[in-house]
Amino acid sequence: MDPHLWLKRKGRISPYEVVFWPIVLVLPFWLFPTYLSLSSQIAITALFCISLDLILGYAGIISLGHAAFFGIGAYAAGLLSAHGWGEPLSGLAFAAVVAAFAGWIVSFMIVRVQHLALLMITLGLGFLLVELANSLGSFTGGADGLQGIDTWKLLGVWKFSFWGKTAYAYSLAVLFILFLVCRRIVRSPFGLTLEAIRENPDRTTALGAPNRAHLQKIFTLSAGIAGIAGALLAQTTETVSLESLGFQRSAEIAIMLILGGTGRLYGAILGAIIFMVARDQLAGMNPQYWYFWIGLLLMIVVLFMPRGILGGLERLAALGRRR
Amino acid sequence: MIAPVNALETGHLNKAFGKLVVADDISLTLPQGARHALIGPNGAGKTTLINLMTGVLPPDSGHVRLDGKEITGLESDVRVKRGLVRTFQINTLFPKLTPLESVLMAVLEREGISGQWIAPLAARRDAIDEAFGLLTQLGLGDDATRPTHDLAYGQQRLLEIALALATKPKVLLLDEPAAGVPKSESAALFEAIAALPADISVLFIEHDMNLVFTFASRITVLVQGRILTEGSPDEIAHDPQVREVYLGGADHG
Ligand SMILES: Nc1ncnc2c1ncn2[C@@H]1O[C@H](COP(=O)(O)OP(=O)(O)OP(=O)(O)O)[C@@H](O)[C@H]1O
Ligand SMILES: [Mg+2]
Repeated sequence: MDPHLWLKRKGRISPYEVVFWPIVLVLPFWLFPTYLSLSSQIAITALFCISLDLILGYAGIISLGHAAFFGIGAYAAGLLSAHGWGEPLSGLAFAAVVAAFAGWIVSFMIVRVQHLALLMITLGLGFLLVELANSLGSFTGGADGLQGIDTWKLLGVWKFSFWGKTAYAYSLAVLFILFLVCRRIVRSPFGLTLEAIRENPDRTTALGAPNRAHLQKIFTLSAGIAGIAGALLAQTTETVSLESLGFQRSAEIAIMLILGGTGRLYGAILGAIIFMVARDQLAGMNPQYWYFWIGLLLMIVVLFMPRGILGGLERLAALGRRR
Repeated sequence: MIAPVNALETGHLNKAFGKLVVADDISLTLPQGARHALIGPNGAGKTTLINLMTGVLPPDSGHVRLDGKEITGLESDVRVKRGLVRTFQINTLFPKLTPLESVLMAVLEREGISGQWIAPLAARRDAIDEAFGLLTQLGLGDDATRPTHDLAYGQQRLLEIALALATKPKVLLLDEPAAGVPKSESAALFEAIAALPADISVLFIEHDMNLVFTFASRITVLVQGRILTEGSPDEIAHDPQVREVYLGGADHG
């Protein structure tokens, strides 16, 4: 088979994608307007989940503390707004830079450890930041959350209203654009190098690759994107709570990614949709029940669909084609 | 008179794991264009020596020089960029990637564009052609786009070599390239090695004496971390010491 053709095909846009994006645009606006704010949350969470996929799915860096960067972005955008600058796009950019910088600092530690130590460091980082944000109560609002955020009109035109139309359009647009950026990244030489490092770091070293530098780069990028997701949440809900940094958010995002399927970007989006919609529908139940079901689902997926729900669907589709 | 610069040279390398001495004052030189075999019984320290040369393990003492320049303290990946490249005794590949992607990755890293993320992979036409050409040359062209874990064992051994070659090495260290490959295929594999450009210096570890005597112009015998002797194939074949500790008592060859 012609290698150029094969690589092109691997990177091409599939018909599912062309259908997917219009649907997620149209569905909440016309069919479920009462779910617009949930839809915004899903779009934001999907973006956050994609940021984790970059490091976990592609580069093989396991993290249980990625909410640290989500929260840093949320506080950065929130504080900027609370101190008088509520322009949303520059707020996102500011949050991205702050979170990416934090990611870059942390990346020096991350690339030096593996396995259990990696889990512990990322976990510890999350705890540390929650405590820090809590103890800086006068600055961050502590356990009461950051108040006084006022998000200005988007592009000076669209007001962030109670119904959340602007919020959803805004979140979805940012998700879509950053999704395209991430897809660029994973289908580039850099993306291939990351996958190779994930598959076998000893070999990439033996081929001359500076693993640590590559990993630091993707970790920094990923932290920046997580920060943008956090900033979106701060801007659209006009509040930031300590939970945005917390362990639960870090763990949930990892669950979503594993449910949806790692290393395929769409798995992150699908995982976020399934998780968030299911939780919303089961919200009337006792929260313990919710964890019961999500626990069960997680076990089933991991046991029977090791490549996640999307990976499972891909396999079904491949089987169907062979028939 | 100026002594000719050796492609690779180790001086008085020592390494011990606890009480087990695995490298005992190893001084070895590899002139440019060498076809040098490293032989010795299991556990003699052959792989360890490659690890010491490539910087995977730090020596307790001694030095390594590449092209006459000290590289003892350098990181592994930096040594590779300078032309010192190895393959692995046990397949060390990228199971989920295809051979095409694997070799492409090596080419892109060598070209210094592995961190580039603006243009898509498919736009790197020259690198793709080079990667595919190399795979074709080693007989892997037809399987270039199958996942590596699907390849037959012998094909994976060839991919080991393809990856190393993609870095355009000056010195190539091959750790039992034919290990586990059926006898009928191992000769072909060594033909591919023999066909490498003459200016590449090759050190290879091999247990099969026929292959060693056919393809090596010099042989070093390593026993319990020590160089027992070094010489031409003829000298080694007739060395009584070698016959005793290695050829005679060995379970292979
Ligand atoms: N990282 C390590 N830690 C402790 N001992 C080691 C380590 N690596 C190798 N050894 C020991 O050092 C000795 C030499 O091992 P080495 O792999 O270099 O042998 P070898 O000559 O390559 O053998 P083979 O022909 O079986 O490949 C062996 O006894 C091995 O068990
Ligand atoms: Mg060995």
